[in-house]
Amino acid sequence: MTLHLTDDDVRRLDGGDGPAVRLAMRVVVRLAEALGAEELLDISAAHVDSCLYHGRAPLDFAERLAVDGATVVVPTTLNVSSLDLLHPDLYRGDPEEGDLARRLMDAYVGMGCRPTWTCAPYQLEERPAFGEQVAWAESNAIAFANSVLGARTDRYGDFVDICAAVTGRAPAAGLHLDENRRATVVFRVEELTPGLQGNSLLPNVLGTLIGSVVGNRVPVVDGLPDPPDEDWLKALGAAAASAGSVGMFHVVGATPEAPTLEAALGGHQPAEVVVVTLDDLRRTRDRLNTARLDGGTGDALATVSLGTPHYSVTEFGRFVEALGDRRVHPGVDVYISTGRGILDEIEERGWAEGLRSAGVTIVTDTCTYVTPILEDTTGPAMTDSAKWAYYAPGNLGVDVVFGSTRECAESAVAGRVVLDETIWTRGSHDG
Amino acid sequence: MAEPPPLQVAGPSSGPVEGVVLHLDEPLSFWGGLDAATGEVIDRHHPQSGQSVAGRVLVMHSGRGSSSGSSALLEAVRCGTAPAAIVMVEPDAIVALGAIVADELYGRPLPVVLANEAELAKLRTGDQVCIERDGSVRRIDAAL
Repeated sequence: MTLHLTDDDVRRLDGGDGPAVRLAMRVVVRLAEALGAEELLDISAAHVDSCLYHGRAPLDFAERLAVDGATVVVPTTLNVSSLDLLHPDLYRGDPEEGDLARRLMDAYVGMGCRPTWTCAPYQLEERPAFGEQVAWAESNAIAFANSVLGARTDRYGDFVDICAAVTGRAPAAGLHLDENRRATVVFRVEELTPGLQGNSLLPNVLGTLIGSVVGNRVPVVDGLPDPPDEDWLKALGAAAASAGSVGMFHVVGATPEAPTLEAALGGHQPAEVVVVTLDDLRRTRDRLNTARLDGGTGDALATVSLGTPHYSVTEFGRFVEALGDRRVHPGVDVYISTGRGILDEIEERGWAEGLRSAGVTIVTDTCTYVTPILEDTTGPAMTDSAKWAYYAPGNLGVDVVFGSTRECAESAVAGRVVLDETIWTRGSHDG
Repeated sequence: MAEPPPLQVAGPSSGPVEGVVLHLDEPLSFWGGLDAATGEVIDRHHPQSGQSVAGRVLVMHSGRGSSSGSSALLEAVRCGTAPAAIVMVEPDAIVALGAIVADELYGRPLPVVLANEAELAKLRTGDQVCIERDGSVRRIDAAL
């Protein structure tokens, strides 16, 4: 097997377009070889995850490209960074590290990337169309682009995102290709309680369960009573991509390549069918908790963190509704992370001001589990995001309680963990 | 599409690499799961949480999680805390990229090798192994 390169590819690889394109092309080509690709393909957009600071080495790489004169040749958005440029005082980390993080951000903006600073680029106005070939990094965004938009990106890591943006080329491999996009594992949701339907907890828990079973295979979810919305699909993908390496999923009747179960499977028999019971879901929920709860009465809470991935307008709306006209407890710090565009919209609606006066801190450009923002990391932290619940204990050293958006709102007001176990009750729940 | 080669990523000058196996019972996300400053597995949900990957031949079935894993792996190479080699069943772009850029940027190759399920299962924590130039894995000394 050999990788076939076009004349333009060879020119880029040989340095004919300068040293930055040469380095970027070497990374794309070596990745293509590692993945067994036979050719490269043109991409029309990129989303770069490499702008989040992880130490000197990735900064060395970005500055090498920048110094060599790299410029993106396709529209390119940027993922979250380590700093909130709109609210710089929120950063509690080492000032020197903060300066290095800023240098990294500047390097990518200098290459022509748009300073979008969001892990939910699919919530921006311009987003890839069905069938469009793109190079996206950021695991939750990859899952959304492939599954919900029907755009095509492989599960890219850092570095190749910017290299694809600089060369306009990506390996013709993985989820770019038809044959790798069909589902091979069916998840049949056997039973849901009324309380789980329409509850943010369900896609998070189901996604976690799916991710831990499928690894990098493509799952399809069947048996949901109601067609899910984009926030639901976003939560499912983010959870599945954290618990496993899911780059694409289907939901029968909801995602564009799964009008039917047969279509999602591409006419083949599934390799595996997993029946998801209520007990499976509840056990998965329990596994997301690292904090020890004494039964819900004395569990004092230090932090509530929402918006992983970045909250959408409708997700803000649900939290605003759940909070009502109440203030959060003085002992609890509540953070909601979002993108700048969404912040503009909720400012216009008056929600941002209302949330701030209720004691909520709105975070943009970054996320509370990738950089030091939390004021208190000693007490338990509650979240409505399985992804945050998964990563925060390792990244921040906090104990986590996972709950629904509503449970997070109730707990924030009460100052202690309030879980609504009636959502697990069969057949009798008032919402 | 053709099958990926057994030697997924290695530097052009990469010779045989020897090391002691650390076999992960679950895939590890290098970002959020590995402290690049120390090489310690910090994913508190992971069965090998608290163990060090530094200098080990890291054996794991497939990749996991965050795209930032490539950056975390590269930073571990720079800090000298990266594994000596990685053996996987499923080719993984995120892992491969960390290794590719380590070679391109610092000239420090980190072999990433593909094995089948049966071969992977034979590699136990504590085994002394050698990763050959062609990507094959040879066991020198089995763990007691």
